[in-house]
Amino acid sequence: MMQITCPHCGPRAQAEFVYERTVDSVVTLDAAPKEAMETLFTRTNARGEDAEIWRHTFGCRAWLVMTRHRVTNDITAIRAIGPEALP
Amino acid sequence: MTGPMITFTFDGKTYQAQEGDTLAAALLRSGIGLVGRSFKYHRPRGIMTAGVEEPNALVTVGEGGRTEPNTRATDVFVYEGLVATSQNRWPSLSFDIGAMLGLAAPIFSAGFYYKTFFGSAKRWMFYEYFIRKAAGLGNAPVEADPDRFSHRSAFCDVLVVGAGPAGLQAALDAAESGKRVILAEQDNILGPSLIRDPQDLDSAWIETAAARIRAKGGRILLRTTASGYWEHDLVTLSQRLCEPGQKPAKGIAQRLWHVRASEVILATGSIERPLAFAHNDRPGVMLSQAVRTYVQRYGVVPGKRVVIATNNDDAYRTAHALKAAGADIVAILDARPSPTGANGGFPVFNQALPVSVKGARHCLKQVSADVGGVTKVWQADLLAVSGGFTPTVHLHMQAGGTLEWDDAAQAFVPAMSRQNVTTIGGAVRPDPIFPVKPISNPKKSFVDFQNDVTLADVDLAWAEGYRSVEHLKRYTTLGMATDQGKLSNMAALGRLAEKQGVAIPGAGLTTFRPPYTPVTMGLLAGAGAKDAGAHVRRLALYDVHAAKRPIWQPLGYWFRPRAYPVGGETLAQTALREAKAVRTGVGMTDVSTLAKFEISGPDSAALLEIICATSVSKLAVGRGRYTFMLREDGFVFDDGTVWRLAENRYLLTGSTGGADRMAAHISYVRQYLCPHLRVSAVNVQEHYAGIAVAGPKAKSVMAALMGEEPPRHMSTVPAKIGGADVLILAASYSGERAFEIYADAAHAAAVWAACEAEVTAQGGCLYGLEAMEFLRIEKGHLVVGGEIDGRMTPHDLALGKMLNKAGGYIGASGLSRPALSAPNRRQLIGLEAISGTIAEGAMLITEHGGAPLGHVTAAAFRVIEGGSIALGQLEGGFDRTGEELIATSPTRGQTARVRVVAPHFYDAAGERYRD
Repeated sequence: MMQITCPHCGPRAQAEFVYERTVDSVVTLDAAPKEAMETLFTRTNARGEDAEIWRHTFGCRAWLVMTRHRVTNDITAIRAIGPEALP
Repeated sequence: MTGPMITFTFDGKTYQAQEGDTLAAALLRSGIGLVGRSFKYHRPRGIMTAGVEEPNALVTVGEGGRTEPNTRATDVFVYEGLVATSQNRWPSLSFDIGAMLGLAAPIFSAGFYYKTFFGSAKRWMFYEYFIRKAAGLGNAPVEADPDRFSHRSAFCDVLVVGAGPAGLQAALDAAESGKRVILAEQDNILGPSLIRDPQDLDSAWIETAAARIRAKGGRILLRTTASGYWEHDLVTLSQRLCEPGQKPAKGIAQRLWHVRASEVILATGSIERPLAFAHNDRPGVMLSQAVRTYVQRYGVVPGKRVVIATNNDDAYRTAHALKAAGADIVAILDARPSPTGANGGFPVFNQALPVSVKGARHCLKQVSADVGGVTKVWQADLLAVSGGFTPTVHLHMQAGGTLEWDDAAQAFVPAMSRQNVTTIGGAVRPDPIFPVKPISNPKKSFVDFQNDVTLADVDLAWAEGYRSVEHLKRYTTLGMATDQGKLSNMAALGRLAEKQGVAIPGAGLTTFRPPYTPVTMGLLAGAGAKDAGAHVRRLALYDVHAAKRPIWQPLGYWFRPRAYPVGGETLAQTALREAKAVRTGVGMTDVSTLAKFEISGPDSAALLEIICATSVSKLAVGRGRYTFMLREDGFVFDDGTVWRLAENRYLLTGSTGGADRMAAHISYVRQYLCPHLRVSAVNVQEHYAGIAVAGPKAKSVMAALMGEEPPRHMSTVPAKIGGADVLILAASYSGERAFEIYADAAHAAAVWAACEAEVTAQGGCLYGLEAMEFLRIEKGHLVVGGEIDGRMTPHDLALGKMLNKAGGYIGASGLSRPALSAPNRRQLIGLEAISGTIAEGAMLITEHGGAPLGHVTAAAFRVIEGGSIALGQLEGGFDRTGEELIATSPTRGQTARVRVVAPHFYDAAGERYRD
């Protein structure tokens, strides 16, 4: 079980969080069918860092984007999705 | 060794043990050599080790709910009244019918199942019963465990695993430098190896070190195994507060620790390896260090005439210990080519390897060896073997580390560490050994004792083309027993490397997986067992329903009334009576559990048109409509209704079971996908209790309750009922004119009481989920989890016409793939029985033995006319109306001849909704 440092709540056990998906699997609403399906089904899952969307479900309920290494589980960056996401 | 004597039983007979004995030590003390039967061949097995790696001496300990099968006799300390039972034998341990299997051993070689049963399911069905009975370990207890299992989290600066001399010293150093320390030791004493091999560090040093660690606030946990190393330096410790089968003093049998450490030090030592020779699994063949442990720690001498076989120096210590205890060392078989030093006055033979042993069921009688090409034979009752030392690197590897090959020790030792973990002590520097290759008959030379895998099985796997160590493992089941190959993996790797013509490191390794030693299911469950295993959520109207003693039905984590029986009614009778009341008069039911979201803000409609696949923006204030939602791949995952309560305020409903999923989905869209939308979405599932009133008289009931004309179908108005403010939605699931009344959960009881009084006054009754099922199936309404099973597109469900033509909703792209509207897809159909009764889950076939073309998703009876009907999915079903099929359910033993019809058995035109 990983330890994830929530930008609001500090270091917490992974059990408090829910994994949503990787950022590169986000299907935008205007994606063409081919692009949407490739995003969903043909990702590389490359050895290395991955940007992932998590939720701190059993904490502050914030949506987070964190950078996790797929092999070592090292978390090198984490940020809450907040007002900066607004246009 | 003069502690008080305690009594225990083994296979019903009473024996004496000394305080501090393991069960294995006590059995050896009582002269018992035969302890169990092997997994596959039922070979007689004794005690081979003195630790958790024991593959042979597996027993069932305890009685009733405290029964623990497959307990290693070397890993349970005897307590007064311990009850141990041998396993995998019938009728008795010494006379075991299953041992006949041993005679048939050539048949049961590697890949036996694959070869014997490939292609013939019937033969497997026949043999399975006998094989399952014959091959196996202890039986799982059937009674509930009376004890508690607790979970605890802890944090520390340094976690030390293993309290040998290296671990104790490391813990002491860390504690004295001001660090928070936890020291975990699987044994029930500190420094067990210091008792086996007394050094200048004696028991006084151990006691002082422990006292100093505790004085600095360090925590020392005995009988505590570090069973798993997880991400970010989290180590799980399984702590026994009492022995297997024992009644715990304070109610808690075991505790699972989650320790998050800044630094982990592994002082886990090594495990001695056996040697491969014929009948090396017999009682009386023991590991050398284990023999020494029994002599030094327990004062038990497991043999009088002893042969020692070794490829290293360590075994000589065993010879000295045995000699001092009065045993006779008849020979030391040293594999090394020439004497390596003082022979201690023992009869040492160099270039000597054991080839075979002979004995009775209970004991060993004779050892034969190859000494420089000459066969020599000794009479002996104990053979102590040492094939070298395998560092215990399990936790290091679970943490993601790597290994390197130590050629002198012929062993893998820790190399790179992935997490903040260091290995120290014997696991880093195993004793050097002389590498030997087995020379005996491979058919009786066991490598994996617990799973009965011999060298011949490894050879066979090789001959049949299994080259990779991972394939070898799966084909032979090597290393897959509960001991996880602690003794066997290196022997097998050696053999595989020899076949491959490479050095052992070239053969590769299998993955080390938690737990290091088996953990009981109760420990993992902790307090989350029985009723606490899942949430149970009570309806706001729970007490009102409970007073009527309904039949309850779990729905998600809710319980809802399934039916309200009167007198001696059965479930089916009740459901039919309730459904008839709805069809002919009026009925009411609790619908509080439906998912409900209040969506408000200027962009409410925009959010809904992303989530829902139907058009929402044209909905007038005060009106509602049916809607459904798609996954990104275009398949329907939920359905419900959407109501426009005000200009910029909507109520969205969905299925009960999908409520959490829908909440997450809406949150994802709002927070991540479309954060620019000016909208709020509030989950009001529990906030509103819901009551549905349905039937031809529903309108007059509502008029009486509201004191005004009720809203027309698919309209919504606020009202006051029972003194409470309510929201009324005129929607129907039953197929009758119906209303859903939503009230603040706090006022639900008053609203319910008012409704029930009026419904009763107009001759109606309550109805439960079972009646609701009858009604909705007859009407052809869908249920999430039934017809909407995640594999159906809107087209398959005949909902294509409702899709929002403007697109822009989630799933629009995925749905546009041509295959998702292909005509031969499984499509929603109705079925009516020509003969027999249709079973839910039945497959649809054209002839017996044919391939299934679909299945029955829900089955019911026509409420008024009677007759078996169903909804189902059928390949190309839209074009098969009128076709006759067979609906057969082998699991329910029910077959019906059916006709394909439209999925509306009742009021297809919707006349009954009109006023």
